[in-house]
Amino acid sequence: MNTEQIRAILAEHGRLTTPVEDLEDTSDLYHSGLTSLATVGLMLALEDEFDIEFPDSALSRKTFTSIESIAEVIEELVE
Amino acid sequence: MHQSIQQTDFDALMEQVHKIGKEVIAVNADDVDKQARFPKESIEAIKSLKLMSAYVPASMGGMGLSVGQVAKVCEALGHYCGSTAMIYAMHKIQVACLTHHYHDSPYLIDYISKLVNEQRLIASATTEIGIGGDLRSSICAVEVDGDSFTLTKKAPVISYALDADDILVTARRQADSAASDQVQVMFHKGQFELEPISGWDTLGFRGTCSSGFVISGKGSIGQIFPENFGEILSESMHPFAHIVWASLWSGIAADAVNKARKFIRNQAKKNINAPPISAIRLGEVDSVLQNMRNNIAVAEQEYSDMLTAGDKNAFSNFGFGIRINNLKTSSAQLIVDIVGKAMLICGIASYRNDSPMSLSRHIRDAYGAALMVNNDRIMLHNSTLLLMHREEH
Repeated sequence: MNTEQIRAILAEHGRLTTPVEDLEDTSDLYHSGLTSLATVGLMLALEDEFDIEFPDSALSRKTFTSIESIAEVIEELVE
Repeated sequence: MHQSIQQTDFDALMEQVHKIGKEVIAVNADDVDKQARFPKESIEAIKSLKLMSAYVPASMGGMGLSVGQVAKVCEALGHYCGSTAMIYAMHKIQVACLTHHYHDSPYLIDYISKLVNEQRLIASATTEIGIGGDLRSSICAVEVDGDSFTLTKKAPVISYALDADDILVTARRQADSAASDQVQVMFHKGQFELEPISGWDTLGFRGTCSSGFVISGKGSIGQIFPENFGEILSESMHPFAHIVWASLWSGIAADAVNKARKFIRNQAKKNINAPPISAIRLGEVDSVLQNMRNNIAVAEQEYSDMLTAGDKNAFSNFGFGIRINNLKTSSAQLIVDIVGKAMLICGIASYRNDSPMSLSRHIRDAYGAALMVNNDRIMLHNSTLLLMHREEH
């Protein structure tokens, strides 16, 4: 999946300490300054953007650990 | 995952715990409270039962108790001395971090056998001045130089720091890491220095000696836990802490209810035809205590099942975090409610400091529960997490 959309949302809502363009798809977002409060904003924006609803089983730190992990979950939900 | 002790052996162990509780811990509780001193005799008695390594799996030389069994020990200790029970619970949280997260670190495996043989006491320095109580952020950072590292942390509280054999400290992984990119490191006595910055003259839990210190030390890189602190927190420290804390609080509450029962019984003996006016309150407070215990049992069962299933991702589920937080905030309120109700039953005798029915220490300890990791902070955090949580149908 093209991660540009995710990166744009992350730049707007992630409040990261590292610029999004410096992150790899696999970089740990929690190590890049992602907080639980910022995770809420990120999740709500992702739901809006992709017109999805994360199920409870996907609502964990694991899902929001990296751009790659977010993309994987979204791909599953969009299908 | 851990439980390997037979029920009959566990029952025998609990008898021993209650024995040292009555003969040693309760005997020293008032002095520990009055002097705000470390309960040395009580911890020695606990060590004599090899309880410092109770949660270490039997395959590693420990007792192999389950989370629920450790919680039972904490509750039992809470009957006799809140500070002793709190110190034991805090130590056990660190033991859980170790036994769940040593991975294949030869250093930590070797340390665990030392813990078993020497019955060492482990303290913890998680909060930091300038952070505002958020365990998932650090200012201080580990500085690695070859095979060794140095670390200095300004900790507003390190419970029983001066009496601990080892201290686990959280810090940023390295100088340029983000505040949330944390590791946990272990210092042994002799490797660190403590510069006092604040004392511990408090209302309750006075024997925990939770003074503030600048801790600075040097160790070998083997003493840095291999796993990220974020994982250790969500999988072990957070759920384990709230379960054992709630358990020891329920022990303090249960002791208050026991006193209330004794009071009512004595009153009833005096005049069996006219039951005391506060008898009805005994029924009421007993039901609140049962609620508290049931909450703990449900959380403990869920956590035990997750440990058994071994699905590491499950621990970071926001719903699980919310439920564990709810256990903490509700238990911290219930202990105040229960001890307060017991005081209404026992009357002025429980208000006195010099009465065998005194509940002074109980009520002072009880008010600490909501403040250690402040309930309001937890509820604010939960209100955030709840935006991301859905009940599935």
